[in-house]
Amino acid sequence: MSQRSVSATQQQANTRLVKRLLLATAIMFGFGFALVPLYDVFCDITGLNGRVYQKDTQQTQAAQNLVAPLTEAEQDNIDVTRSIKLEMMTISQAGGAILFEPIDKTLRIHPGQMAEARFRITNVSKDAKYVQAIPSISPGQAGLYLHKTACFCFEQQHIEANQQNEFVMQFYLDTDLPEDILQMTLAYTLY
Amino acid sequence: MNSVTSTQDTIQHGSDQGHDSHHGPAKGIKRWLYTTNHKDIGSLYLWFAFIMFLVGGAMAMVIRAELFQPGLQIVEPHFFNQMTTVHGLIMVFGAVMPAFTGLANWMIPMMIGAPDMALPRMNNLSFWILPFAFLILLASLFVEGGGPAFGWTFYAPLSTTYSGDSTALFVFSVHIMGISSIMGAINVIVTIWNMRAPGMTWFKLPLFVWTWLITAFLLIAVMPVLAGAVTMVLTDKYFGTSFFDAAGGGDPVMFQHIFWFFGHPEVYIMILPAFGIISTIVPAFSRKKLFGYTSMVYATVSIALLSFLVWAHHMFTTGMPVYAELFFMYCTMLISVPTGVKVFNWVATMWRGAISYEVPMLFSLAFIVLFTFGGFSGLMLAITPVDFQYHDTYFVVAHFHYVLVTGAIFSLIAAAYYWLPKWTGVMYDVGLAKLHFWCSLISVNVLFFPMHFVGLAGMPRRIPDYSIQFADWNQIISLGGFAFGLSQLIFLALVIKACRKQGEPVADKVWDGAEGLEWTVASPAPYHTFTTPPKIQD
Repeated sequence: MSQRSVSATQQQANTRLVKRLLLATAIMFGFGFALVPLYDVFCDITGLNGRVYQKDTQQTQAAQNLVAPLTEAEQDNIDVTRSIKLEMMTISQAGGAILFEPIDKTLRIHPGQMAEARFRITNVSKDAKYVQAIPSISPGQAGLYLHKTACFCFEQQHIEANQQNEFVMQFYLDTDLPEDILQMTLAYTLY
Repeated sequence: MNSVTSTQDTIQHGSDQGHDSHHGPAKGIKRWLYTTNHKDIGSLYLWFAFIMFLVGGAMAMVIRAELFQPGLQIVEPHFFNQMTTVHGLIMVFGAVMPAFTGLANWMIPMMIGAPDMALPRMNNLSFWILPFAFLILLASLFVEGGGPAFGWTFYAPLSTTYSGDSTALFVFSVHIMGISSIMGAINVIVTIWNMRAPGMTWFKLPLFVWTWLITAFLLIAVMPVLAGAVTMVLTDKYFGTSFFDAAGGGDPVMFQHIFWFFGHPEVYIMILPAFGIISTIVPAFSRKKLFGYTSMVYATVSIALLSFLVWAHHMFTTGMPVYAELFFMYCTMLISVPTGVKVFNWVATMWRGAISYEVPMLFSLAFIVLFTFGGFSGLMLAITPVDFQYHDTYFVVAHFHYVLVTGAIFSLIAAAYYWLPKWTGVMYDVGLAKLHFWCSLISVNVLFFPMHFVGLAGMPRRIPDYSIQFADWNQIISLGGFAFGLSQLIFLALVIKACRKQGEPVADKVWDGAEGLEWTVASPAPYHTFTTPPKIQD
């Protein structure tokens, strides 16, 4: 830096540094968006946030194979020493057009035991509707131990005008469920 | 460097310079539109910030007038929400940040012995896009359905599903503010990195320069993330994406994570340069070297790094698992260690110093005490179990106004009182300045201190109405607010007087205890300084 003002070396050094800093800016802009998939991966691994991830759907195939021979092998796997209380919650975000309610409001099940929760969706509007239910589980970590073998929330459901449908969610709780979880809430929001 | 030379016959400061090749400033509006001079751009930033401070302050007056009594008297709740939102946005992005950038423009080249900022034309651009950003933001208040009303934090789905059409204007204005701050930050880094005078080694840099360097890196790290967040809000609202929409597989809580990943470092962007200012002023009026210079630098770096690990302390009530809450709680508390280092260093600098109480020192002392109050209430908020009680109450409002108003704003006022004689060449009206200080000090505490009480008693923030039991304190708070707002007009009058050169001319070294290269140049600082690099003594 022997020469001041617009010496060529100075200019070059400035340009080089500006390029690097602009690159850093671009990287951080990308990082902002990368946070989206990172967030999903992080929540998937840790089970934070009470979301039920695709893992469940992938396991569905395997789990469904288990449904048939459940009786013998699986029966032994039921932890009868514990009984977990499950509460079902429903929220309809479709305005007044769709009513959404749980038929089984609370369930008591043992970990490892297959169970069913039934829900009723009523379309009170004059048009046929497609609806999608989005699940959320609290406490969040419990989401890792709830395995659904079938759920109406896996795909969009079609409901004709003025029709009432019942939907079923089949699931079991992992026997690895931590001891301190005695109660869970399953919330479904319908869009 | 070359100044604007659209007119050739305007060598105003020719006698000050003795350099034929350099021109003084052009005359009239062109001087300000085309200027690439760091001092001109610094002045533009400072004036812009001051105007925005008064505009945002006027909005605060609307808020306080509505809250003077329980019930709805003056404004509609929807307009009240717009006021809280735009007040926050203007104060953060329009007042505090541009004011610090203005100080950086004025002072950094003079402190490191450089002739100008490294990228003068980009400097011009980064200032001149800013007024447009705020014109867009303010214009959004007049569109049908009103301006942004979702809080300055624009949480989804408030800003996506439930917001009005002004959201697009809001998003674009935040984009422009972000681009402006990033360009400013790049300029600061390149200037400090490449333009230091020979012999100005890293550990001889004034602390204001150090803190700004670190701030500039923070800006480059997080402003793009904010740009990403607003872009996602834009596409969610208008282009059918579902980043934050649970119906499409997104997650509104993720918005808060992305926002606060920007938001918490942003808090330090607004306070680190303040630490630099206080570390400059306290030694000058204690007539001692700053105690623990090196530890100050390392404390600043560690605050900056820790600021990336604490964002979720804004989100304790979102239902995080206990171990995550503990992690963020402990990391947050850890920040009080380097911050404490700074406070103790300032106190140790004053210890056995020959202290005199000029106006910059008064504001600095008020900063140290009141910022520490804000730090303590921050520590209280960091404690997860009690945060569930404090969350979204006036206690939070009290906390961040103590760190931002009596912290950032007081440091800016102190800086203005410290360097104003160097900028204008005359001593400002000291009587008026002392009046400004005492009025501000008393009213700011009447304004913000009782907010702790109503907050602890459960008064929620961002609500235009409140229960009857909060009425007395709110009246006192509002009176304090009006008084604080009016007190700033004293400052406005004082600055206008000083800019009109009404006052005693000052020596080059305005304060006898002051140190730094900026005091070796003439007062007022000539249009071009350090065209030949200064010799740096040990």
